[in-house]
Amino acid sequence: MWPIPNAKFAMTNPSSVIFMSSVAGIDSSKLLPASLREDFPILEQLVHGDHPLVFLDNAASTQRPRQVIDVLRRVYEHDYANVHRGIHTLSERSTEQYEAAREKVRAFIGAEKSLEIVFTSGSTAGINLVARSWGDANIKAGDEILVTTMEHHSNLVPWQQLTERSGAILKHIPITDDGELVLDALDSLLTKRTKLVAVASVSNVLGTINPVREIARRAHAAGAVVLVDAAQSVPHVPTNVRELGADFLAFSGHKMLGPTGIGVLYGREELLDAMPAFLGGGSMINRVWPDRFTPAELPAKFEAGTPPIAPAIALGAAIDYLNLIGLEKIQQHEHELCRYAYERLLEVDGLRILGPPPDRRAGLVSFTLPEPHPHDIAQLLDEEGIAVRAGHHCAWPLHDRLGIPASTRASFYLYNTAAEVDALAECVAKIRDRFRPRGRKRAPKPA
Amino acid sequence: MPLDEEELYQEHILDHYEDPFHRGNLPTATHAHEDNNPLCGDVIRIELELGPDGKIRDAYFTGQGCVISQASASMLLEKLQGKTVEEAKQFSANDMLELYGPRLTPNRQKCCLLSWKVLQSAVHSPIARNV
Repeated sequence: MWPIPNAKFAMTNPSSVIFMSSVAGIDSSKLLPASLREDFPILEQLVHGDHPLVFLDNAASTQRPRQVIDVLRRVYEHDYANVHRGIHTLSERSTEQYEAAREKVRAFIGAEKSLEIVFTSGSTAGINLVARSWGDANIKAGDEILVTTMEHHSNLVPWQQLTERSGAILKHIPITDDGELVLDALDSLLTKRTKLVAVASVSNVLGTINPVREIARRAHAAGAVVLVDAAQSVPHVPTNVRELGADFLAFSGHKMLGPTGIGVLYGREELLDAMPAFLGGGSMINRVWPDRFTPAELPAKFEAGTPPIAPAIALGAAIDYLNLIGLEKIQQHEHELCRYAYERLLEVDGLRILGPPPDRRAGLVSFTLPEPHPHDIAQLLDEEGIAVRAGHHCAWPLHDRLGIPASTRASFYLYNTAAEVDALAECVAKIRDRFRPRGRKRAPKPA
Repeated sequence: MPLDEEELYQEHILDHYEDPFHRGNLPTATHAHEDNNPLCGDVIRIELELGPDGKIRDAYFTGQGCVISQASASMLLEKLQGKTVEEAKQFSANDMLELYGPRLTPNRQKCCLLSWKVLQSAVHSPIARNV
């Protein structure tokens, strides 16, 4: 521990000045130990020659630790068979582990019952399930659906499709130039006709943490149902669906150390129970006759066909891993990296960071430079081994609102380090210098 | 950053990016087309003045996007200005990639070929004018 200096000492001793200025660096006490990177074999590689891989594309998809990969292998090598069908050893083992994974998910997001956990192929599938099943049964012409300007296409297009089918009206909660929701607009946007409010808990571009609890409270007071696109929050911050007031909440396994092809739709039992079945097929029925069927109980009603069995079990292993590290610690780690990245990137002249300041954002930073285009930035960062995402990040209306064609995004997870943030900032500065306008002229066209 | 034939951002490409050939609108345009790359949002619009002799009398482009998409548009129009529509139609995707120069990964080929695609449609897209 540092001794607490007396006032006189603090004002005159140069070393105390250095100590004070270190506030503007990285506080490594808030970071997770870099040794946990050893759990992620994929991170150990060099790319484009001798550049250590710096993986900063975690908002798109994360990597998996050995503990998750080992579970996948164990399932396929020892336990795999179809679930809920066979009266044989492997089917029973698979079923037991599949249902155990469902219980892990339930506990992880604070749901009341595991039958409220529907396994899907990802966030997109979960949101579309709600739009098709709940939406088609409950949304009529003239009804209103409220989304926000910052939604990912996966929480926008399904509602556009629903309005096309139903004649309902889509409305948007606007955002400020800083990328935060204009909550003052909410009360006038919520009307007796509002049937659904669909909102991202965290923006995948801006990093904005939306006040879901407050939105849900007001939406419920207006009689609307609330769907939360939690793809960018469940992997990073502790989630409790009941405290949030979410009626539906969707997220993806591959953004939280799990496999692709597995996701979760949480729905309140009362809502799921009243909804018509969505995809028809095996597993989702109670009894079938030549001309009709009766649906299965929850959650099987919404899990037609053979589900992603091994991915679901491996998602359970990912949750075990995240619980072992602790979501609070992961959140603190990412926040510190993000704050540091914010500070370092702003040293690059002309660089503009999208979204709110670090204290009100999650662990990602999207930015633009006057030159060059985000695609070129991503290409040149890749040459240095740094993986980022460039483009509109499936949030085209948001980029239109911000008046930019695209942005570059660096997104962090538990295995990223302060040194990786330094590498990013230094490379971005180099790229900025290289593409500064120089009064170049084309060579005259050959005759 | 490597500076060899694999270098995507060669000097002549940066020259086209900073000092493009015919970036702007063409008031005398007879034909035009616009498209974007849904993956990244790059957008290119090409406006052409086609003469009765079947020649591209003039060609201009506007757009937003990466160095590759914008520089390649400039290079393409510089190449095909004054050529016949028939020659433009025969100018293949491979010719475009060759004109650009550095070898591109499949994703970046889409950036390079956006203006080529737009041009191939533009020659078939007369501008509707109210007489």
